[in-house]
Amino acid sequence: MPARVILDSKKFALTIDRLCYQLIENHKDFSNMALIGIQPRGVHLSDRLFHRLKEIRKGVSLKYGVLDITFYRDDFRRSEKVHTASDTTIDFSVEGKDVVLVDDVLFTARTVRAAFDALLDFGRPDKVELLVLIDRRLSRQMPIQPTYVGKTIDAIESEYVKVEWKEIDGEDKVLILPKKE
Amino acid sequence: MSALSVRHLLGISYITRDDIELIISTADRFKEVLSRPIKKVPSLRDITIANIFFESSTRTRISFELAEKRLSADIINFSAAQSSVKKGETLIDTVNNILAMKVDMIVMRHASAGAPVFLSKYVNAQIINAGDGTHEHPTQALLDAYSIRERLKLKDFKGLRVGIFGDILHSRVALSNIFCLQKLGAEVMVCGPPTLIPMHIGKLGVKVSYNVREALKWCDVANVLRIQLERQKSQYFPSLREYAIYYGINKELLDSLNKDIVIMHPGPINRGVELSSDVADDPSRSIILDQVENGVAIRMAVLYLLAGRISEL
Repeated sequence: MPARVILDSKKFALTIDRLCYQLIENHKDFSNMALIGIQPRGVHLSDRLFHRLKEIRKGVSLKYGVLDITFYRDDFRRSEKVHTASDTTIDFSVEGKDVVLVDDVLFTARTVRAAFDALLDFGRPDKVELLVLIDRRLSRQMPIQPTYVGKTIDAIESEYVKVEWKEIDGEDKVLILPKKE
Repeated sequence: MSALSVRHLLGISYITRDDIELIISTADRFKEVLSRPIKKVPSLRDITIANIFFESSTRTRISFELAEKRLSADIINFSAAQSSVKKGETLIDTVNNILAMKVDMIVMRHASAGAPVFLSKYVNAQIINAGDGTHEHPTQALLDAYSIRERLKLKDFKGLRVGIFGDILHSRVALSNIFCLQKLGAEVMVCGPPTLIPMHIGKLGVKVSYNVREALKWCDVANVLRIQLERQKSQYFPSLREYAIYYGINKELLDSLNKDIVIMHPGPINRGVELSSDVADDPSRSIILDQVENGVAIRMAVLYLLAGRISEL
């Protein structure tokens, strides 16, 4: 079975815009909100949201950080390789903030579970929300649901959802492949 | 995703340049962890580590202990002075008894060169060498390289000139530093009185100088070693005072060179002997306390990367 495109570049842009307006609706002037992308791939999405929000709401100040969850994974010493960590940059306190965690694909939800643990090491937020571009709702291994969803898809376990970015792959799009390349 | 090529850290001579670079880049991540409100990650919470010190140590032991605690490992500390070693127990027996209590990793310091290598062949645990006699002290070399890279904002070490000064003969720090810096592409010179320079050290590809001023003129970084009076079995120089006059590094000497040299020292310092206080305490030159700070991040990286391979044992 060939790769299926589930979001082309036009729908992709519309989805990003809709997610931005949903954030604006819920967080007004962003004075208490912090946008935090989960490394590595959630950061492409959070970067995009951050820049688009600044375009839509000119001059708005927005707290933005990126979070690496490698040291909080639940499969350390269970998988074959040691995972290499990426940067974490959170130069504000998350104490009392409304945090929006951002990832590209919500699959088993184990990454998000680890992200909760990692986030709490930076303080106690008032509220944590989860924003994802793609929700693979049939593959959850933990009871975690997203607050904002770009697109919900029904893909079977063995299929692989690939998010491509203009900056890296030349074009924004989301594909379903029969299996991981 | 990547992993170390080794299961034990016995010395820098046993690991590759890729290993060194992986440890350094992982340490960057742990350095960020150490700046958080909660300076702790849960990675090693199912691991037990024994710190076995047959020789005294302050910095290295505390640094390892902190690194282990920041990674959530369970730890036991053992120092030979209060143990059955005094009653004549052998090294293998001592370690196997500790391992019988379900210990996964061993951090070991020993007065005999090669003790960790020997142990790694006979016991079923991962060994990290925290200094073995006059052989190697790998984590010190790694944190030294890390601190140099941080201070000089280096992308790579190619063309960097590092001088190692003082008691090269009795120093495990010197040997590990030579291996580590050369693997990273730096040039190394050793400098000290002829009696404290091993006869064939040139075969390692290092330059040798017996003149401090000439060596300082050559180098970008000066790693000044401690005169190890406790290891010296005979008289290698007439007096400490004479050593300080001919081989001591002080402000006047550095000022006269008209260049910036980064000053390092693995500690503990004999103030006024190999290094004067006005140099050791000058933050524009000395990175001695950065070395201590970075030691925790480097040791966390080593422990984390080795622990990732425990299931393969």
